[in-house]
Amino acid sequence: MSHDSHHKKENFIQKYIFSVDHKIIGLQYGITSLLFLLFGFSLMLIMRWQLAYPETPVPLIGSLLGETGILLPEIYNSLGAMHGTIMIFLGVVPLAVGAFGNYIVPLQIGAPDMAFPKLNAASYWSFFVGGVIMLASFFTPEGAARSGWTSYPPLSIFESGQTIWLLGMVFLITSSLLGSINFIVTIVQLRAPGLSWFRLPFFVWAQFVTSFLLVLAFPPLEAAAVLQLMDRVAGTSFFLPSGLVYAGSVVDVSGSGSPLLWQHLFWFLAHPEVYVLILPAMGIVGEILANNTRKPLWGYKSMVYAAVFLGFMSFIVWAHHMFLTGMGTTMSAFFQTTTMIISIPSVVILTAFFISLWGGSIRFNTPMLFALSFLPMFGIGGLTGLPLGIGASDIHLHDTYYVIGHFHYVVAPGTIFALFAGIYYWFPKVTGRKMSEALGKLHFWPSLVFMNGIFMPMFIQGLAGVSRRLYDGGQIYAHAQGVLEWNEFMSISAFCLAAAQIPFILNVLMSLFNGQKVDRNPWGATTVEWSAPSPPLPHVNFEEPLEIYRGPYEYSVPGENKDFLPQTVK
Amino acid sequence: MQVPYVVDERPDTGLINSKLAIWIFLASEVMLFGGLFSAYVFLRMAAPEGDFAYWGSKLSIPMATINTLVLITSSVTVVLSWASLKLKDFEKYKLYMGLTLLCASIFLVIKYFEYTGKFHHEIYPSSSTFMGIYFTLTGLHGLHIIGGMIVMGYMWLPMGSKLWDTDPDHFTNRVETAGLYWHFVDLVWIFLFPILYLL
Amino acid sequence: MSGNNQADIQEHIKVYLTIFGALAVLTILTVMASYLDVSSSEAIFLALTIATIKASLVAGYFMHLITEKQTIVWILILTFFFFLVLMLLPLITATDQTGV
Repeated sequence: MSHDSHHKKENFIQKYIFSVDHKIIGLQYGITSLLFLLFGFSLMLIMRWQLAYPETPVPLIGSLLGETGILLPEIYNSLGAMHGTIMIFLGVVPLAVGAFGNYIVPLQIGAPDMAFPKLNAASYWSFFVGGVIMLASFFTPEGAARSGWTSYPPLSIFESGQTIWLLGMVFLITSSLLGSINFIVTIVQLRAPGLSWFRLPFFVWAQFVTSFLLVLAFPPLEAAAVLQLMDRVAGTSFFLPSGLVYAGSVVDVSGSGSPLLWQHLFWFLAHPEVYVLILPAMGIVGEILANNTRKPLWGYKSMVYAAVFLGFMSFIVWAHHMFLTGMGTTMSAFFQTTTMIISIPSVVILTAFFISLWGGSIRFNTPMLFALSFLPMFGIGGLTGLPLGIGASDIHLHDTYYVIGHFHYVVAPGTIFALFAGIYYWFPKVTGRKMSEALGKLHFWPSLVFMNGIFMPMFIQGLAGVSRRLYDGGQIYAHAQGVLEWNEFMSISAFCLAAAQIPFILNVLMSLFNGQKVDRNPWGATTVEWSAPSPPLPHVNFEEPLEIYRGPYEYSVPGENKDFLPQTVK
Repeated sequence: MQVPYVVDERPDTGLINSKLAIWIFLASEVMLFGGLFSAYVFLRMAAPEGDFAYWGSKLSIPMATINTLVLITSSVTVVLSWASLKLKDFEKYKLYMGLTLLCASIFLVIKYFEYTGKFHHEIYPSSSTFMGIYFTLTGLHGLHIIGGMIVMGYMWLPMGSKLWDTDPDHFTNRVETAGLYWHFVDLVWIFLFPILYLL
Repeated sequence: MSGNNQADIQEHIKVYLTIFGALAVLTILTVMASYLDVSSSEAIFLALTIATIKASLVAGYFMHLITEKQTIVWILILTFFFFLVLMLLPLITATDQTGV
């Protein structure tokens, strides 16, 4: 480990590029992932133009799409597959876990850094390489992957761009594995004296469970990716059945493979992955709710048990993504049951959040607005998942826009709003300055409105039977005619949502230089990160050794003259 | 303040950081090979009756048995190399670690002959799903062997072993960590051998 | 395992060598068992049982799991459970398929 690192003078490269300081690495993850989120969002905007105004040239970038400027079906498919891939693996998870987790967890547990700082840097750079590969795929002769982020064979074995996608995934999965090992060891081993398990902020518990999900669920996908790579380049037929006809002729492979094998291995990861997407967000919301109600989180212990139970259950529900594969009634019943059971811990956590508001002295600052809106938005997302988890209704809704609406509600006005809340909340700790409240509200209100404008009509289209991944948005289908009008409405909402992000980008950039300077604890918060200077000291974080004296949410303790008691104050 | 519990155990967990880390990494490796074993089972079921047994019979049981004994030997030598360090006998450590690396090399040489033997008879991963999963499982396992050799090689050569002079406890822990990884690689082979060659 | 004295380590070494012997014997047994005339499920059961015994010896003694801390043992039990899920559930689901 670095001895006397505060004495050793680091050059620019050591200090900022290949830094092993968790805070720099967290910022690297943060900046990279926000750029990817913007890029992934832009891909969707192009798709939404085509859906609203089919076969019309795309403005501004039409020249990049070919002679006519019209989005071609193959490119549409690439945009779709890459939108999903980028948002999940290059955007949300690196931001939620890589950025927030890396920056905040060591601070909240009173540690000088993560347990393995060099490994931490390796995780970031592996992620970076994976991201470069994914981006580069757009510029290869084959183009970017276009078999959905789910990459189902047989299509994914024959379609363009998939090999490079698989290669990129190997780097991203490696990054994730190295990172999650680091998180688990850090949380177990580096908690400050006095910081027992049930004095940990809910955010740390959320990251802890998330790390277990990543470490145990990703490897089977890595295995599957290797198998799919072999099918594509080595002529194997792991996922190709015998006698498969493609492009008019029988495929020349040994056969006896199974497309379902891919689905099992893929969803074994991809289901826990959705809890990876939501848990850190719930953690952030918990911190902000407690802080801005000036009350402890109601039901903290139940939430912790719920999060752990959720993590455990997430490994045994995956085939609810496969109800329509010819699954027999026994296994269908099994997976429906486990899926219904897993809704319980989510409800526990959301209910506890709602009850935590009761009797609070609520401060409606920007982080709180985003955190509050998470509650009903995640509520809608979660509730709309129920008909998908029940086989009978899933028969009608599977692979329709209903599914897209469901998962976007959870991830977009759900997780991403929580991540915005986290940025506004922790910006002062990272920079020593507050972001503008005015610009914050200008960001929040339109975003909330337009998120709903995009995703609510998807339930309507889905219930009418409009399939997902359709280039023409359902135009050729008789059953879709009645709901086609929503396409333009949703697309305009999307363009407006894009515009609503401008105040946010301006706010971040301007506040870095002109934001109101604040002391180390501007929100009057109790958790340990607020005891450190803003920003915390390089490599060591805190000025002196810490000891923890109480739980994480000692707000409005009766008999005290302040409405909060920091964990680190005797 | 440096990162604590690198050499000294944390009192309440009784662990040093690297010990916990390597076990979590091995847990992820269990799931990685688990994914491939799960594929094996699935593919065996999807293949025509007797298909896997037919293709499996083309593998050389004697070569694999020798390889199994070679890996088991290397497992003993690596744990003896660690025990030598605990007994402060650096020369014995070098001997046993060297033997471990030798065993690993023998394993790879035998594997090389196995693979080239198959290719010579025009048997490739694409020949059947059994061969596909055979090459993938043993190939991934082989990559893990190479990875282990690189790490253990580093610890055997002065480049890595010089830590013994400045911080013997830290070095001993590193050898233990590498040894745990190596035992895992042996463990995977203990299952690969009967499943691929004997069933 | 830090803090063990010389005598303890010598005892451990004896154990390692004994286990080595057991593993070699079990390896030969596995090969011999594969030539027995039994049904395929019995063969699978036999092979996996012997492999599990060998693996337990390596894990328990070479990897010191027998004396390892609770934290690690519980993580491994959890992992093993999910490993079984990964092995069994796709298999059971596939055999429960309707006409596919």
